[in-house]
Amino acid sequence: MDLFFSLALQILYGIANLALISLGLAIVFGMMRVINLAHGEFLMLGGYTVVVATNNGVNIWFAMLILAPLVVGIIGLIVERCLIQWLYGRMIDTLLATWGLSLLFIGIITSVFGASTSTVISPPLGAVTIGDYTSSGYELFLIFVVIVLLILVYLTLKFTSLGLVARATMQNADMAACLGISTSRIYMVTFSLGAAVSGLAGGLLAPITGVLPNIGVIYIAKAFITVISGGSAILAGTTSASVLLGGVNGIMSYVTGPTFGEVALLFTAIILLRLMPTGITGRFFRKSQ
Amino acid sequence: MSFNRRRFLKTTAGAALAAPALMKSAMAGGHGAIKFVSILDQSGGLDIYGKPMVDATKMAIDEINEAGGLLGRQVDLKVYDPQSSIQFYTQFATQAAAGDRADVVHAGITSASREAIRPTFSRFQTLYFYNTLYEGGVCDMNNFCTGSTPAQTVEKLVPYTMNKWGKKVYIVAADYNYGQITAQWVQKYVRDNGGDPVETEFFPLDVTNFGPTIKKIQSSGADMVMSALVGGAHVSFYRQYAAAGMNKSVPVASTTFGVGNEHKLISAEEGDGMICAYSYFEEIDSAANKDFVSRFKARMGADAPALNELAARSYEGAYLWAEAVKAAGTADRMPVIEALRSGLGIDGPSGRVDIEPKTNHCNQNVYLAELKDQSFNIIESYESQPPTDTLMVCDLVADPNQAVFKFENGLKAAGIDI
Repeated sequence: MDLFFSLALQILYGIANLALISLGLAIVFGMMRVINLAHGEFLMLGGYTVVVATNNGVNIWFAMLILAPLVVGIIGLIVERCLIQWLYGRMIDTLLATWGLSLLFIGIITSVFGASTSTVISPPLGAVTIGDYTSSGYELFLIFVVIVLLILVYLTLKFTSLGLVARATMQNADMAACLGISTSRIYMVTFSLGAAVSGLAGGLLAPITGVLPNIGVIYIAKAFITVISGGSAILAGTTSASVLLGGVNGIMSYVTGPTFGEVALLFTAIILLRLMPTGITGRFFRKSQ
Repeated sequence: MSFNRRRFLKTTAGAALAAPALMKSAMAGGHGAIKFVSILDQSGGLDIYGKPMVDATKMAIDEINEAGGLLGRQVDLKVYDPQSSIQFYTQFATQAAAGDRADVVHAGITSASREAIRPTFSRFQTLYFYNTLYEGGVCDMNNFCTGSTPAQTVEKLVPYTMNKWGKKVYIVAADYNYGQITAQWVQKYVRDNGGDPVETEFFPLDVTNFGPTIKKIQSSGADMVMSALVGGAHVSFYRQYAAAGMNKSVPVASTTFGVGNEHKLISAEEGDGMICAYSYFEEIDSAANKDFVSRFKARMGADAPALNELAARSYEGAYLWAEAVKAAGTADRMPVIEALRSGLGIDGPSGRVDIEPKTNHCNQNVYLAELKDQSFNIIESYESQPPTDTLMVCDLVADPNQAVFKFENGLKAAGIDI
């Protein structure tokens, strides 16, 4: 029973982890159709923000929850103004530009901090005992953060005027512009918000995975698979795809080992996209956000 | 391009004019610098190993040159970065052998990269050094493997940690030939010492979520974990393991931890108590080593990485080759190989290192150390350990015409009971 409970928690964490690394991309790619290949690097930058801040004596909670999203959000803003805003609707160009951006970020971070940064930050919460088993308290905290984050995004989209205008712009930019909305500004805000969420995710994951200049490469594939499997609705899509793929991955990893866990995740995504080419929310929960 | 008479005359005339110049430069090459090529990952997931190795190699070559070079010639070091990609390894190996016409190549970190480039150097008859600790079993006249092998390190590590922590061992390893074969060595030594290898799991190099495995380790009832994990992503295993509070109850020993300076990447409380065995630790208490460490730190300044077996052996590997060139009186391949195999050895930072001629491996000292506050405390040392694993399957004295990896299909296929 203890094993079942602690395993269930572990799988829940796997799901939360997937949702966390995908949410920023879901906002940028899911809402704006911008293929941001530098998404992994936004996560990486979030991680480095936390490392640099804590090395300079900043409280780790403040660094993770406030500084990381703030810094990466501002970087996202600059990137959008200087690069992305000229590329809306030009998918291949965006792809190349953000890929270049990703290499640039990796290069800059490597030359500033070195290839293997000394990151002696450890999870700021101890272990939690469940019967004979112990779980990481920090992983429980992450599950909680992801739930709060999803609720926040939902409330923002559903109940604020920014959310309404943003949804309108994503649905039909020309019509929104006719109604007097500055779509360029909406894109800017949405992109920086997406970047900020990625930064938050990167900052929160830094104590668990450590940070390396190329750690983004590990996240990007999973994030894209989750977002594309989820379909066009940001929240319902990301959540349902994370539950499905993270669940399959967690169970298979426990039963057979991590290699088959990854294989099972990819296999599920392929089958899913074959049956539902527009993702889960293309078929179910169509009216969701 | 159409090739008419006029153009033909033009180009051949050009070539005829240039020929003396080309011959001249070729002649000069014979008496010019000796070419030393190094192919080691300085970016990508394996850079945690490659960067210190390159730094140490550069230091060795600079020292050799400052001391007047070899045979009155300078040593010209060329470094390639294969970016943790096997494809670049084969490309640069061909470039080094056929394009640069290197006198010696020191290359390869993972066993996968070694097996990708070893045939190239055999084919082009280019002397090849592999300075990384590995799973043993290379039997190749042209290839000198200077790093430690499981019979030298794991054979000491397993009984020591089992006596200390218990007989049920859970093995986690990287999913390629090094991890697979090393896991078999661990299983063998665990059984030889009356223990039980309860479970063995392999991880692709990009796995960062070890949660399910940590739960399995808890439910398996293991007394200790033996890790042969590799690369930057796998460092997160130790973090997550400590975050779950496991490092206190089920301690970890490793055949790889520390050679990528992982002990500097995780905090003291996450790493304390881990036990490892290598042929070199920065903390070795000898005059030669202290001198080596201080020269390295002075050279690298504030950014100096910690020194580990891979870096120290890259340095010593360069010196082993240099001694052989001096002894042979030439940088040509066969005389250098013969000089190396004539029982040649050096006194390096790790102590005495001698070439073992049956295997082209090294007899070397091995140290057992426990991690405390991000540095290793040496608890045992063993002098001049032979590579008995490779000696079981390889005898280059009896049959010199070999260029094979004996453990390619695992230990059982090589006739070793595990």
